Amino acid sequence: MMDINKIREQFTILDQEVNNRKLVYFDNGATTQKPIQVIDSIVKYYSEINSNVHRGVHHLSQLATDAYENTRKRVRSFINAPTTKGIVFTKGTTDSINIVASSFAKAFLNKGDEVIVSELEHHSNIVPWQLACEQYGAVLKVLPISDDGSMQVEQLENIISPNTKIIAVAHVSNALGVINPVKKIIDIAHKRNIPVLVDGAQAIPHQKVDVTDLDCDFYCFSAHKMYGPTGVGVLYGKEKWLEQMPPYQGGGEMIESVSFTKTTYNELPYKFEAGTPNIAGVVAFEKAIDFMEGLGVDNILNHEKELLHYATEKLLAIDGIKIYGTAKNKAAVISFLHSSIHQYDLGTIIDKMGVAIRTGTHCAQPVMDHYGISGTMRASFAVYNTKEEIDAFINAINVAINMLG
Amino acid sequence: MTIKEKADQLVEEFAMFDDWMDKYNYLIEMGNTLDVYDEKNKVEENLIAGCQSRVWLYAEKKDDKVVFSADSDAVITKGIIYLLIRVFSGHTPEEIINADMDFVDQIGLKEHLSPTRSNGLVSMMKQVKMYAVAYQNK
Repeated sequence: MMDINKIREQFTILDQEVNNRKLVYFDNGATTQKPIQVIDSIVKYYSEINSNVHRGVHHLSQLATDAYENTRKRVRSFINAPTTKGIVFTKGTTDSINIVASSFAKAFLNKGDEVIVSELEHHSNIVPWQLACEQYGAVLKVLPISDDGSMQVEQLENIISPNTKIIAVAHVSNALGVINPVKKIIDIAHKRNIPVLVDGAQAIPHQKVDVTDLDCDFYCFSAHKMYGPTGVGVLYGKEKWLEQMPPYQGGGEMIESVSFTKTTYNELPYKFEAGTPNIAGVVAFEKAIDFMEGLGVDNILNHEKELLHYATEKLLAIDGIKIYGTAKNKAAVISFLHSSIHQYDLGTIIDKMGVAIRTGTHCAQPVMDHYGISGTMRASFAVYNTKEEIDAFINAINVAINMLG
Repeated sequence: MTIKEKADQLVEEFAMFDDWMDKYNYLIEMGNTLDVYDEKNKVEENLIAGCQSRVWLYAEKKDDKVVFSADSDAVITKGIIYLLIRVFSGHTPEEIINADMDFVDQIGLKEHLSPTRSNGLVSMMKQVKMYAVAYQNK
């Protein structure tokens, strides 16, 4: 049994007041807070071992490089990838997806080809594909969702065609919290030799991710959504694809040799890591992995399931509240609206009471369009959240409804 | 009253409230006193971009003064529009163009001025000024 209070002690940022109310931070889907060991790691890095990586022969550069590469090994093990060659450090999920969309498209996308995304994708898993399709004259097709937020996987076979080159789907919907049957989608796609990219940004903090078991071709996620620093992300790719994809950015580090007659590229994963990376961020990222593995990802999941269940029940008991994303399999994310009060009003008032949620389209306008709404309120939980906080949240909602109704 | 005098008066009114709840209740009340917005002006061109809620702003020239009308589907936003209209409506384009807009901050509604995409207050204020510029030459 996890001691949540002890866990909270590692997150000093949570111990503050907003407008004389205890902060209730329920915007973890946007970014999570960092435990002290992650923060200390950044300070330690700059105080003790800062140096550029892969470039020097001196002592500090060796320490920095070791620390950087050590995180890569930890990530490989964390998601059960086959080798570190397929683990590319990026700036975040958006960067990872852009790399694949741009590079994969350059290698494989031709006029008349098709790319499939789902209706519930975050803009970061839509726009890069739109850009690629535009550039190469390809067509973007959309896998629809049902009203409960689940993907209509049975439609996939109809949407796939001989021209489909890649499918890109979210593991967990950031707007609705629905966990998608990505393994099933990957099976269907692979029967037709179509690769699948999975946007794992919202999945990685909430469940064990095993890319070998999923057999996905690409898996993308961000450190900052799993208790790590911002500016660090991972692109996992099967070597066979990454080898065939041209570089995304050119520059130092990603080359083997450079001359004005010919330049050759470095091996994986460095081919996709041009320039000086966010070394401190990557080094500190390891501590975030330590944090999650130390608690046990399953324990985190179980605690969050309780929070989700508790909050859902309490919300549904309030008159006028409707929850979006009612599929059975959900991560700890609740999107909801009040029938007559605008989410901007509600969000503003509960912020005054110290409760931080997100309101709006959550960078998923197509999802909002599906329901014909302008946006929702979203509460997204992390391991350090408690039932007491949910009580404060529910109280704030009721106060706001009284004021605004 | 000049624009500045109206703005100062508003700041004084709000200064009476220590509690954010009272401040917001007052804001909401005032928003509800906005003149009814002509449905025929609830069109795409009058929508302010950059708002999470929908905000329509319309301006016409009556004699040499610019008269504003507005509406929103969010109650707090309506309150803020009311403030803008109360201060700026019924003045000449020059007066509006040269006016200061800090009173919203002085009232203590600074969070609505944030540059995030959540609120269109900054866009609204820009639009008020743009209307004034457009009417300056008419």
